[in-house]
Amino acid sequence: MRVKRGLAEMLKGGVIMDVVTPEQAKIAEDAGACAVMALERVPADIRRDGGVARMSDPEMIEGIQAMVSIPVMAKVRIGHFVEAQILQSLGVDFIDESEVLTPADETHHIDKFNFTVPFVCGATNLGEALRRISEGACMIRSKGEAGTGNIVEAVRHLRSIIGDIRRITQADSAELFDWAKKLQAPLPLVQEVAELGWLPVPMFCAGGIATPADAALAMQLGAEAVFVGSGIFKSDDPAPRARAIVEATTHFRDASILAKVSRGLGAPMTGIAMDEINQRYAERGW
Amino acid sequence: MPIVGVLALQGAFNAHAQALRQLNVEVREVRLPHDLDGLDGVVLPGGESTTMSQLLLSSGIFDVLTERITDGLPVLGTCAGLILLSQRVLDARPDQVSCSVLDVTVRRNGYGRQIDSFEADIDVMGLDTPFTAVFIRAPLIEEVGSGVEILASHNGAAVAVASQNILAASFHPELTSDVRFHELFLHMISSGSSASSGR
Repeated sequence: MRVKRGLAEMLKGGVIMDVVTPEQAKIAEDAGACAVMALERVPADIRRDGGVARMSDPEMIEGIQAMVSIPVMAKVRIGHFVEAQILQSLGVDFIDESEVLTPADETHHIDKFNFTVPFVCGATNLGEALRRISEGACMIRSKGEAGTGNIVEAVRHLRSIIGDIRRITQADSAELFDWAKKLQAPLPLVQEVAELGWLPVPMFCAGGIATPADAALAMQLGAEAVFVGSGIFKSDDPAPRARAIVEATTHFRDASILAKVSRGLGAPMTGIAMDEINQRYAERGW
Repeated sequence: MPIVGVLALQGAFNAHAQALRQLNVEVREVRLPHDLDGLDGVVLPGGESTTMSQLLLSSGIFDVLTERITDGLPVLGTCAGLILLSQRVLDARPDQVSCSVLDVTVRRNGYGRQIDSFEADIDVMGLDTPFTAVFIRAPLIEEVGSGVEILASHNGAAVAVASQNILAASFHPELTSDVRFHELFLHMISSGSSASSGR
């Protein structure tokens, strides 16, 4: 577990960017991404196209692995452990068991202890985060609402998780049993959170980040790094925006640097308000 | 109480800060050049060396850091931090910078991808019992210059080295609860000499 969680530690303070081609992966690495997420369509396009979204073509993933020297992540459908076996055999560095793809199992997530490759999973609240950790996830990310360019859901998820962590650290030992029941999470993990004052694995922000200010907001709320999906390559001018989001994630408390890097980036992705969407990806996962 | 800076541009800086605080050190996160002022030592953590290289340049830290290390500021570099100190870096991006103060040749990701990452108990010069070393997509030290002391090896390759005010490892001492490697660094700070020479 230490080796698997270790890579999550190394990604802290960084930006993980969604890319769909080797060329985009190069732009991401050039901009200072600490890792790339290789997928066939960014969430905004998955949302637009509809249909079943699946693991990417191995050939496409290998093309991206050949192009960059930073870690390469890829997504599998919730519960689709065979897709995960395939990605592990490709030497992918991190697997995202992701609600952005169409779930393959309506009850079970993957038993992630069966893999040597580390997994990240999305969560909307603390109970969900702890259930994923109990299945072997080495990193938790907010789900947000992918492909919307709207940060509101990620903020809700981060505040929910971190707020409950704060409340648990104030609870006495008897109250922790009730917390475990309410959260539907294993008691030992609840006790560990109470002791650490944090999750036992890193927590990153994902879903809806479109600007440097969004990234800094996530970091100031307590996220330890950020995933940017559609926000970069659905904007007018991806390279400078990617670069600016990297700077903003490092200097997230420095408003003067945030002002400097936010200048002249062109239009961000248009984005979607929550009442305009039919399918909430965040509701996928159990 | 010594003040030790931890380069906090990207990577495992928090884990280093926690290890140092356990040893009663005042820790300062370094994100801008002036954060380097008045430090007794500085830690370059693991993370992505390509990312850190770019942020070192854009923040203006790179030149100041290189100058301070050249002037004798004690520095601990782990994994990506080792790469940032090395004189020769293989498989690096062409635009990647290094402080170029440690006479070694390292190969980025020389041990392979994450599925090749591993733990090993190694003997470290200056420590009485083996140290559990965690290697994450680690750089491989391929050559060590004559003025550089090898403190630990694994499978025939050096994994921890020291040279004057520089201590570096290809593994991650900050990922275990064992703080003895950080103690070696603090010893270097207090004695003003290389890690193992105090013995």
